[in-house]
Amino acid sequence: MCSRPVPREPLHRVAVTGGTHGNEMSGICLVRHWLQAPGELQRPSFSAVPVLANLAAIAACRRYVGCDLNRTFISTFLTAKASPDDPYEVTRARELNQLLGPKASSQAFDFVLDLHNTTANVGTCLIIDTNQDVFAMHLCHHLQLQNPELPCRVILYQRPGEERFSLSSVTKNGISLELGPQPQGVLRADLFSQMRALVAAVLDFIELFNQGTAFPAFEMKAYSIVGTVDFPRTKDGHLAGTVHPRLQDQDFELLQPGAPIFQMFSGEDVLYEGESTVYPVFINEAAYYEKGIAFFQTKKLTFSVPALPALTSACTPGP
Amino acid sequence: MTSCHIAEEPIKKVAIFGGTHGNELTGVFLVKHWLQNGAEIQRTGLEIKPLITNPKAVKKCTRYIDCDLNRVFDSENLGKEISEDLPYEVRRAQEINLLFGPKHSEDSYDIIFDLHNTTSNMGCTLILEDSRNNLLIQMFHYIKTSLAPLPCYVYLIEHPTFKYATTRSVAKYPVGIEVGPQPHGVLRADILNQMRKMIKHALDFIHDFNEGKEFPPCAIEVYKIMEKVDYPRNENGEISAVIHPDLQDQDWKPLHPGDPVFLTLDGKTIPLGGDCTVYPVFINEASYYEKKEAFAKTTKLTLKAKSIRSSLH
Repeated sequence: MCSRPVPREPLHRVAVTGGTHGNEMSGICLVRHWLQAPGELQRPSFSAVPVLANLAAIAACRRYVGCDLNRTFISTFLTAKASPDDPYEVTRARELNQLLGPKASSQAFDFVLDLHNTTANVGTCLIIDTNQDVFAMHLCHHLQLQNPELPCRVILYQRPGEERFSLSSVTKNGISLELGPQPQGVLRADLFSQMRALVAAVLDFIELFNQGTAFPAFEMKAYSIVGTVDFPRTKDGHLAGTVHPRLQDQDFELLQPGAPIFQMFSGEDVLYEGESTVYPVFINEAAYYEKGIAFFQTKKLTFSVPALPALTSACTPGP
Repeated sequence: MTSCHIAEEPIKKVAIFGGTHGNELTGVFLVKHWLQNGAEIQRTGLEIKPLITNPKAVKKCTRYIDCDLNRVFDSENLGKEISEDLPYEVRRAQEINLLFGPKHSEDSYDIIFDLHNTTSNMGCTLILEDSRNNLLIQMFHYIKTSLAPLPCYVYLIEHPTFKYATTRSVAKYPVGIEVGPQPHGVLRADILNQMRKMIKHALDFIHDFNEGKEFPPCAIEVYKIMEKVDYPRNENGEISAVIHPDLQDQDWKPLHPGDPVFLTLDGKTIPLGGDCTVYPVFINEASYYEKKEAFAKTTKLTLKAKSIRSSLH
């Protein structure tokens, strides 16, 4: 597991991606809008580039057409020789790697913000790989301070030993923004406005950093993924029940051993048999049925994040 | 003793359809469950058949494969010569018509319940295709009364252009059941429990009717479709406005002229025009973006049913 070095130069090359999953509409419509009217993405020291990530899936209004694009940014796919049999998303991942990367190279973009929606009731949620991403942790902390009325939770997604596979791993720094609940294929005005405001706040933070602002050390709570729980299934693999009404929509609320987690079609309840309390997230996300995930188990941990020193080569504000 | 009820034939054959749209999961999983464990839907003297109507779409968890199954039960599609070139759903419609129809024939099933979900905040909704159907108005009255205080709305799609050729229309008495809000591809226990109750009450009504119970005259409030409204779009056909936050989730609530309807991407509010109050339904349904329908306007009216009693008693 490698941590990303703290940037020592201003972040000039910044991208905002939407439609990594082709049916998550907030990011798709925002990026489409910015492709026509990019003014909102401009700051004195940089202009963020809007990118529609999975064009074929967006056209079909599906999560993906061949395989999940947000799992394909691994070296096996990025470095392998192109073949006509490659799923669309593998080809597209190579294109995006050329455009925004190459991954782990000095030519890669400085930062990407990848926009997502979920059917789960996660509210506003920021996803970063690990707490070792000091710049990303500072960015999340900044968003939390800017939006005190909004629970703006941070999920650490990467499991120990795992290679980074998401779109945001291609650039030197990056986070994913996850807003819910919103059904796939639906655009809700409330989440649309919220995402728009958060993108503006992310760009403002980068601008502050580029201008030479130092950010002091702090302590922050974040939710670290420790496991997943599948739906109850029949021996043929079909669903035998669904998320219990008492767990549905309770993302980030404490789940105690013995609490009901599933309601079987036959009527009985299934209780949580974990050994310790966890914080469930992404409860009943549509796209995770096929991944065998009814919800993720997370632990709420407190992290000490070191100061983000001011750039010595800061940009001077434009005229 | 004489009474002025309408004598109706008893109900013999009933079908419950799920998965007409393959990503509306409540019906899919209720029907799959009842195919394995049918005790809950059995009633004395009644033949009840659960069916997954669009199995390919269910497998892919998508609304349809080639075209919307719930729009192709018209005489043109049902009469097409069978060939491999026909859309999957048209071939499937012909099979369903053979098994449960033929439509408009004596042999057709008496009642088909077709189970749907919507991403709109519609709650429990019953869909009625014919405003003069005493039996279904009585049934809907029974279901509404049994579900109370949980609200249950009736959507009337009788209209010269907006009525569509539904899967359930193969039966003599077609009943659409629509429960929301639920995202496509998601199965919520609360929605499942509500739909299950609606079916239970519907079957109890049929049972009581077949047993000879007389249902006195009744009236129900229904919302009749008047007009469909598309999203504002740009020259490329992409939507240029979203449902206004004040309208989102406000299905069945009165919408007055001047009330906000859309919010454009550059922040302008578009209000309701015209001079009459309407009742919007199917606000922001995911699968209606491609049908160019942001919501449908309805008008509220009352339907009356005469007293009914099964003719065998």
